[in-house]
Amino acid sequence: MSGGESTAASGDATGSTRDRRRIVELSGVAVTALLAAAMIGFVLLYWAQDLPVAGGLYAGFRSLGRGMDAAFGTNVFRHPFMWQSMATGVLIGVVAPLVGVFLVHREMALIGETLAHTAFAGVALGFLVNAVTGWDGPLLLIALVVGIVGALGVQWLTERTDAYGDVPIAIMLSGSFAVGTLIVSYGRGLTGIAIEGYLFGNLGVVTVEGARLMAGLSVVVVVAVAATYKQMLFITFDEQAARVAQLNVTGYNTLLVVLTAVVVVGAMQVLGVILVAAMLVVPVAAASQIARSFRETTYLSVIFGQLSVIGGFAVAIGGELPSGGSIVVVAIAIYLLAVAASGFSVRAISAHG
Amino acid sequence: MDVDRIAASNGRAKRPEDGSSPHTVDPVIELEDVTFAYGDTVAVRDVSLTVEAGDFLGLVGPNGSGKTTLLHLMLGLHTPDEGTVRLFDRPIDEVDDGSRIGYVSQQATNRGGTMPVTVRECVTMGRFAHVGHGRLGEADRRAIANAMETVGIVDLADRLMNQLSGGQRQRAYIARALASEADLLALDEPTVGVDAESRDAFYALLDRLNDDGITIVLIEHDIGVVTDRADHVACINTELYHHGDTESFVESDALADAYGATGQVVHHHHP
Repeated sequence: MSGGESTAASGDATGSTRDRRRIVELSGVAVTALLAAAMIGFVLLYWAQDLPVAGGLYAGFRSLGRGMDAAFGTNVFRHPFMWQSMATGVLIGVVAPLVGVFLVHREMALIGETLAHTAFAGVALGFLVNAVTGWDGPLLLIALVVGIVGALGVQWLTERTDAYGDVPIAIMLSGSFAVGTLIVSYGRGLTGIAIEGYLFGNLGVVTVEGARLMAGLSVVVVVAVAATYKQMLFITFDEQAARVAQLNVTGYNTLLVVLTAVVVVGAMQVLGVILVAAMLVVPVAAASQIARSFRETTYLSVIFGQLSVIGGFAVAIGGELPSGGSIVVVAIAIYLLAVAASGFSVRAISAHG
Repeated sequence: MDVDRIAASNGRAKRPEDGSSPHTVDPVIELEDVTFAYGDTVAVRDVSLTVEAGDFLGLVGPNGSGKTTLLHLMLGLHTPDEGTVRLFDRPIDEVDDGSRIGYVSQQATNRGGTMPVTVRECVTMGRFAHVGHGRLGEADRRAIANAMETVGIVDLADRLMNQLSGGQRQRAYIARALASEADLLALDEPTVGVDAESRDAFYALLDRLNDDGITIVLIEHDIGVVTDRADHVACINTELYHHGDTESFVESDALADAYGATGQVVHHHHP
């Protein structure tokens, strides 16, 4: 759908082009929503497989997986742990762009990277606590708590220093990673820490608990963004005017960074600490290239995020490659296509403000 | 400063009859002995002034004189170090009805030039203070349509803000304020980077809105525009040099005094 088509056409034709575009987007969003719901369904079924009705459904799911393996000639879909990973990936593809669409346009793209490094310190701390105390606590829960504390810390720093300067963010990023490396290196004497999976992302890292956590967090994020979309949009677009309109700007800003921490912790299982920020930023950058409204940007971001995850999984499974790198490379390929589709009229998103 | 030009516009001030008519007691904004500093740098010192319902107040002063800071104090974006601010006859921190104030900030402080937001989406934001977390209803949609009609941007509704000219974009911000049914409109140098013709149309629009009873506070670096359009002028350079109707301002030496004092100009912050 090029701009030339709409300028040449009459008013009616532009209207129908817009309608067609809208239908394509809404069906993309609907398919994504169905897929995400099915994945949450799988996670719940796996949880409840010992119950009578759920057990039957779960058996049906397993045989569907075997059927898919037979059809594709793979050895993937018959394994429940692969479904856990895929469920996590699909949910990341929904929630990361949903939060990212506000972060990118607030010029806060790097905050995701920062919170990932904070969460990495959390994972390292979790390993250490587990090793020292012998308590088998879930690592991701500890990472989530540390990530949220880090998010509030960044928020506190930016409120008290120059408004949204990137200096506090850079300090937090390197500082928490430094702490993480210290903990890892200290803990290596105590346990054989397998932290690489969290650094680079690995389908095998996703645990049953991790997938359940991701499912729960995704519901929280989607509900929170849906409920505060208007306020987030206003604050992102014109923070001063939003303040004058008596919106609780500090409250919504805090909510946004906490949601970011939540998404980052869920996403780092599959994407890895280093790459997790890409899912917050790249699909949104692609969508912003070609979108004709903010709502459309949001829809397209989620659709592009989902395509990146599915495409990345295909590459990772087909080539036996790490999932994180595969997903990010596919996402960037989509971004470049979007740039090409917008006729190379690269509208800088954050070059000037 | 172009004092000749001000002298030339003497007597052309809008609504000169306002000068003789007694002020009705219906204050929208009341500042009393307000002082505000950024750290050690005093931006506004001991300013007291009252803006009444239906006023069109022009806020003038040299660069870095604290105009924007004063406007931010009026709107509650800054809290004064000393003194009190009342808005709509209530202490500023108790004002909770954000829909009554329409604010058009300096172009540089919002994302109109970069973010993919349509004109309709921008104007719709004016209703957010009304609906909270609820959905927009029929009345909201009507207010949005009326606001776009009033400023003449109906045909631009589906265009992206970042594709508009400066003048069109500022009209969209005005429409956002009108959609919220604001009775106070605060504008901070709204026509920077807007071509002359669109500027005239823009100020004619402000005149019309003022005639309809909307109170306007306008920061403008072009003194001629202020003396032509505003019925009251506040001239500041950290301290208030003059506040009164436009005629008395033109006759006073406030402008020369305020601009002559630029030797002690404070550094101007844009938070």
